[in-house]
Amino acid sequence: MCLGIPGQIVSITDAGRQMGMAEVSGVRREVSLAPVADRPLEALVGEWVLIHVGFAMAVIDEHEAQETLIALRELGEAQEALEQMAEGDRALAGVHAGEGTA
Amino acid sequence: MRYVQEFRDPKAAQGVLRAIEAVCTEIGCTADDPLRIMEICGGHTHAIFRYGLDKLVPAGIEFIHGPGCPVCVLPMARVDDCVEIAEQPGVIFCTFGDAMRVPGTRKSLLQAKADGADIRMVYSPLDALELARRNPDREVVFFGLGFETTTPSTALTLQQAKREEIGNFSVFCNHITVPPPIRALLEDPHMILDGFVGPGHVSMVTGIHCYDFVADEFGKPIVVAGFEPLDLLQSVLMVLRQIAEGRAEVENQYARVVPEHGNPVSLAAIADVYEPRPSFEWRGLGEIDASGLRIREGYRAWDTEAKFGIGYGARPKVAEPEGCACGAVMTGRMKPVACPQFGRGCTPDTPLGALMVSSEGACAAYWTYGGARAVAAAE
Repeated sequence: MCLGIPGQIVSITDAGRQMGMAEVSGVRREVSLAPVADRPLEALVGEWVLIHVGFAMAVIDEHEAQETLIALRELGEAQEALEQMAEGDRALAGVHAGEGTA
Repeated sequence: MRYVQEFRDPKAAQGVLRAIEAVCTEIGCTADDPLRIMEICGGHTHAIFRYGLDKLVPAGIEFIHGPGCPVCVLPMARVDDCVEIAEQPGVIFCTFGDAMRVPGTRKSLLQAKADGADIRMVYSPLDALELARRNPDREVVFFGLGFETTTPSTALTLQQAKREEIGNFSVFCNHITVPPPIRALLEDPHMILDGFVGPGHVSMVTGIHCYDFVADEFGKPIVVAGFEPLDLLQSVLMVLRQIAEGRAEVENQYARVVPEHGNPVSLAAIADVYEPRPSFEWRGLGEIDASGLRIREGYRAWDTEAKFGIGYGARPKVAEPEGCACGAVMTGRMKPVACPQFGRGCTPDTPLGALMVSSEGACAAYWTYGGARAVAAAE
């Protein structure tokens, strides 16, 4: 849960709730932009952020974000984060974890 | 030295290692009389073992693995509370996956789930809030766990629940903070530490001045560090240079992510939703003053403790399992392999103690990156 993963903000999904769509290693996931909303939300589209448990915690340099993603992929940690995100989706769908995932 | 590939450049690592060796020689630390440097964060512990940094640095440096894994320091009585809440009719109990296998007195959350409790592993507290929106006739509880890195996420989620008046959602708050246990360790006369490698992502939220007391009151260097091998080696070098020069300061090696004053939105959300408890129990360390957070009066309607009548400390304290030395390992008095249960009664598949449960626990990291071989070789 302490693992952070870089993602790119591709759109604002709900300005009222400060939510945006992030793309992480080709997977899209809605995240909260609240911690980095010290600027107009629209200005965050295209930016890379460090995502912790569904919250964009810091804006990071694009090159650095790409390199971090490559490193996390090599270590299998990007996969771990993506699996946790998928787990969240399954929980929302009411599917009990472990079923049909083997 | 900005990008990851540079943080893994073997040539750069060799350069830093040579500089570390030179300062070690200057200080005169040896294998018999080593400098003891504590990395506080479980993520750092994991990285040190993964890259074998403990073997790369000179024998005059000993890494002491600190209490910075929130899953590992969670007292067993709180796991029992979780199981009790999860087993109540109508409850959907949401948790980060890391906490599923932590042993409780009766059972873990994983076992409770197998026994029929509706327990969902979620990625984010926002997933739990969404479950509450979609299931208005159910009571959704989120197990809030972690240091300042995850505390803003539950604080912001609770603010959202209050704004939307989602009444069937609550947080079981077990958030803890990093500075109080550092103080407790520094005040422990048995603990001899020469310096600290400070947590990176916690500090991204808090900034670096919450560690001022380490330098000002206790005269120890502390360097906030990133998670790449070269980040860690460079931070160790910065700690050593302070020692060699007789300085004790808070320095920031991870400035590319950690702002001096932290993240203002996150800090404001934490202050709005949470307040310190008088004290909180840490597995292996005991009760530590003002080290845990509870939900403020203004958010009482979203506080699982109030909703379910589960007060902190109501349950009698639970002793560690027989033969489990997590406490001694966590305070640096024992190496993981010296524990009689390590790799025998206690492995990542069948964890006895909390340090074997999470991949950030010192024992699990030690096991994964060579400890298993060490045990096999000894037998």
